[in-house]
Formats: sequence, C-alpha cells, structure tokens
Amino acid sequence: MEYGLDLEYSFNEFLKGFGLSSEIAHIIWLPLPMLLVLVAAVVGVLVTVWLERKISAAAQQRVGPEYAGALGVLQPIADGLKLLVKEDIIPAKADGILFTAGPILVLVPVILSWLIVPFGQNLLISNVGIGIFLWIALSSIQPIGLLMSGYASNNKYSLLGGLRAAAQSISYEIPLALSVLAIVLMTNSLSTIDIVNQQSGAGILSWNIWRQPVGFIVFWICALAECERLPFDLPEAEEELVAGYQTEYAGMKFALFYLGSYINLILSALLVSILYLGGWGFPIPVELIAKFLNLPINSPFIQVFTASIGIVMTVLKAYLLVFIAILLRWTTPRVRIDQLLDLGWKFLLPISLANLLITAGLKLAFPQFFGG
Amino acid sequence: MSIAITTQIICFTILSLVILIGALGVVLLESIVYSAFLLGGVFMSVAGLYLLLNASFVAAAQVLVYVGAVNVLIIFAIMLVNKKEDLKPINDIKSRRIISTSICLTLLSLLIRVDLTNVWSLSSPENSIGEESTIRIGEHLFSDYLLPFEVASVLLLMAMIGAIVLARRDVMSKDISTGLPVDQELIEKSSEPLLTNKN
Repeated sequence: MEYGLDLEYSFNEFLKGFGLSSEIAHIIWLPLPMLLVLVAAVVGVLVTVWLERKISAAAQQRVGPEYAGALGVLQPIADGLKLLVKEDIIPAKADGILFTAGPILVLVPVILSWLIVPFGQNLLISNVGIGIFLWIALSSIQPIGLLMSGYASNNKYSLLGGLRAAAQSISYEIPLALSVLAIVLMTNSLSTIDIVNQQSGAGILSWNIWRQPVGFIVFWICALAECERLPFDLPEAEEELVAGYQTEYAGMKFALFYLGSYINLILSALLVSILYLGGWGFPIPVELIAKFLNLPINSPFIQVFTASIGIVMTVLKAYLLVFIAILLRWTTPRVRIDQLLDLGWKFLLPISLANLLITAGLKLAFPQFFGG
Repeated sequence: MSIAITTQIICFTILSLVILIGALGVVLLESIVYSAFLLGGVFMSVAGLYLLLNASFVAAAQVLVYVGAVNVLIIFAIMLVNKKEDLKPINDIKSRRIISTSICLTLLSLLIRVDLTNVWSLSSPENSIGEESTIRIGEHLFSDYLLPFEVASVLLLMAMIGAIVLARRDVMSKDISTGLPVDQELIEKSSEPLLTNKN
C-alpha cells in the first residue's frame, strides 16, 4: 500500500544532485512543509472567516460583506489588517507578562497539532508514532493559556470566562479521548496515516462513520465544545460575560485568540474527516479507477491524480464540516453552563464509555469488520 | 560532530536551563500564581527531555497528565480561592530558611554523589525501540506491572468517591468534619437554581 508521491525523497535527491550532503538537504527540506502548513492554516482561517460572514448573512437574510473584492472575499484580509495596525493595549492594572503569554499559549498548541494532519500518504509534516495522542496531549495545554489570560486581565468577567473555558475543555476532553480510543482500538495504531489507510479498503463503505456512528457524534459535539463554538461558547457568552477572557484584549493579541479559535475549528474538522470520513480517500477506491482506465497503480499519472484528489478530498470534507459548524452556530441557541456540564459528564461520558466497550466486544466478535 | 548531535545538545542545554530556572522560580517566587504557571513550564520541559530520550509516548502522557490535568487543577484551585490577604509574619523565618536550605543542599549533594558513583548503562541509539515503546508499555502494564496499575485505579476510585462525598453533603445527615447535624434548609437553598423562584 506504499504508493503516492514522496516529495521529501525527490527533493533530497534533487539537492544531492548539486553535491550537497544528505544532512544539509534534510535541513533545507525541514522548514518547507512547516511553512506550507502554516500558510495553509492561515489561508484556511481567511476562507472560514469569509464563509462565516456569508453564511451567517444568508441565515439572517442579509447580504453580508460585498464591497471588499468580489462577493467580499477580501473582507477577512481587511479584518486582519485592521487588527494588525490597531494599538496594542495592556490595561494599567493587568499583569503584563501573563497578559502577553496567554494568547501565545492558546495559539501555539493548536498550530503544533497540525503536525499530524495528513493530506495524503506522504503529505504530512511528520508521521509520528503517537499521532492522534499527540493532538489530545497538546489540546490539554490550551486551558492554561485561557486561565492565564483570564487571570492576567484583572477583570471579573475575564476571570470567570477563563475558568469556564478551562472547566469546559477539561470536561469535554474525556469523552473526546474515549471516542478516539475506540478508533485506535479498531486501527491497532495511533498514527493518523494508519487510521486513514484502515478506512481505504472499499471507498465510502469502509469509512469509520458506519462502524462508529455514536463515536462520530460524540466526537463532533466534543470538538465543537473544545473550539468554544456556539452552542457551546459559554466562555465568551456576551450577554453574561461581555466577551469572557477576551474582554480586555485588543489588536494583535485579540487577533491571536481569533486566529487560534478558527485554526482550532478547521483542525477539528480535519480530524473528524481523518478519523471518521476516510481522510484523503475518494468515495470510490483509486485502485478501481486505475483498473477501469487500464493504468498500472504506480504510473505517474495515477500517482499525481491520487495526491491531488487526496488534498481536494481532505479539504472538501473538512470544509463540509466547517459549513455544518457555522450553520449550527447561527441556528441553535446557547446552552446554559449547568446544561453544558451535565451534557458532558452525565451523557457523553457514559455513552462514549459504552461505545468503547461495544467496540472492543465487536472487535473480538467480528475481527474482519472491526479490525483484528 | 554531526548536525543531529549538535541539535540534541542545544535542545538539552535549553531544556535543562528552563527546568533549573523554572524550578527555582516555583520555590522562590512570592506570587503563588507565577509559581503555578512556572510549574507548568517545568513540566513541559521535562516532557521535552523525554522526547530527546526517544520516549514520545511518555512525553505526550507527561503533557496530558501533568500539564493538562495536575497543573490546571492547581491553577484552578488558586484562582477559586484567590483572596487577597496578608499572611501572618512568621517570627523565626530566618532560622527556618537556613534549616530548609541546608536540608535541600544535603539532598542535592547526595544526588550528585549518586550521579557520579553509579555507572549508567546507556543503550546505544541503534538499540532504542523508539515508536515501539507504546506497545511495550502496554504489554508491561498488563503483565508484570498489572498489580501496581490496578492499585493505582483503586486509588483513583477512592479519590473520586471522596470528592463526591465532599461535594454532595446534602445526602448525609451529619457534617463529616464537625459531626453536627446538617442545616438542610441551607443546602436546599444552595442547590436550587436562582431563576426558578422568580415567578
């Protein structure tokens, strides 16, 4: 199953052609995928912000942004520029160091988690063995940043918002991890590449969503709660808390929160598509298409086709989920804080535990369908 | 010296400096909030050391458990009881500090002695199991380390039951700490949502 383009290998061979040692070639190669993924994440945020504005406008029967570029596509860039040139204010009685470190601690783990997002067989920064577990571990750093900024703002709304955010992300992390664990049980591996490959047997029919419907719903709810999206945006519930932990922030520091939340949303959508919707897999297996076209699976045409269709499919699935998340945001009311914690602890946690037990049972009973 | 080894040495130096300075900060800083956040930084750097030792699963578990759970809990507790109060001055603070410093220095010298006398058997990089370690840890947990593993889960269960008992005092007729009968009216008042008695 080891097909697909290996860009790193070809790039290193290309540099070695100039007489560079393999170590130097590796060092020149290293920053390239990182930069590419960083740019992809930021562009993804711009697209999502535009989508959010347009879809919310449609949901409320407005037009939405329309003067900045065709259909307002340049509006997110205008927003970004505005935030970039705004004055950076640190409140007089705030704690300067923690106030600055908070947003950074919120953003950095989210960007680091992109390390494990695969867009194709070899199209990811690093196929680390602990894969999806790395994401779970990194996402647990975020509450510290939120608590830090909430505390440093020296404002009761900020503090309450930070505490709420931390409580929320701690309580939703457990069902999230348990539903990931069910997938890992079926895959026998933590690596995201293996998780996608496990679903690539029979196209759309072998996607994990059919075998893990409960896990899919639990994961999606928890991912939305982790991103603090409405209906779970209690940390920044504007009627109660002004803007939660972001209240005192302005300019670029606010932009870091903003960027962080949108990158997190896209990341969650990507991970749902990787874990449950077959990742880069096309609904019809590529092998079948190759056979239909009478081409060998290793021919350059099929390889380029697989790689490009992989990127397109991953992004398409992720944006479909982003679209659903935006629709959810603009059509559902916010839950109360006690309802939120009830849902997490009394409903999602037992359900995901039962899901894990049933998955383990089914794996032993039907090893051919649930991964032996 | 190859580039990989140089990178490792640089990473190790930075991480150990962060650990040392951070740990000193945790102990010496006056502000408890700073101490708590620095503790998180120290935990993160320890996870970095694990990464340098090729133990990525242990590193991720360290981040998840120590940073994501323990440290967040500590910060939570500090922020929920963050009352500005002047602590009572301790009269013999100087002699106490001298005693604690000397005890710590003795411990430190013992550890340095252990480090210098013991012969550390390091496995060569070729023999390291790397990514396999996740599987190896699982095997050990379910074979020769099964009893400690299960005992730890019993400990966690006890802690959970204790937390529930502390949080749900309304199910008991007597206060657990004082032994006096519980004021039921007060508990009912506190467990009732604020908005229900509006109409």
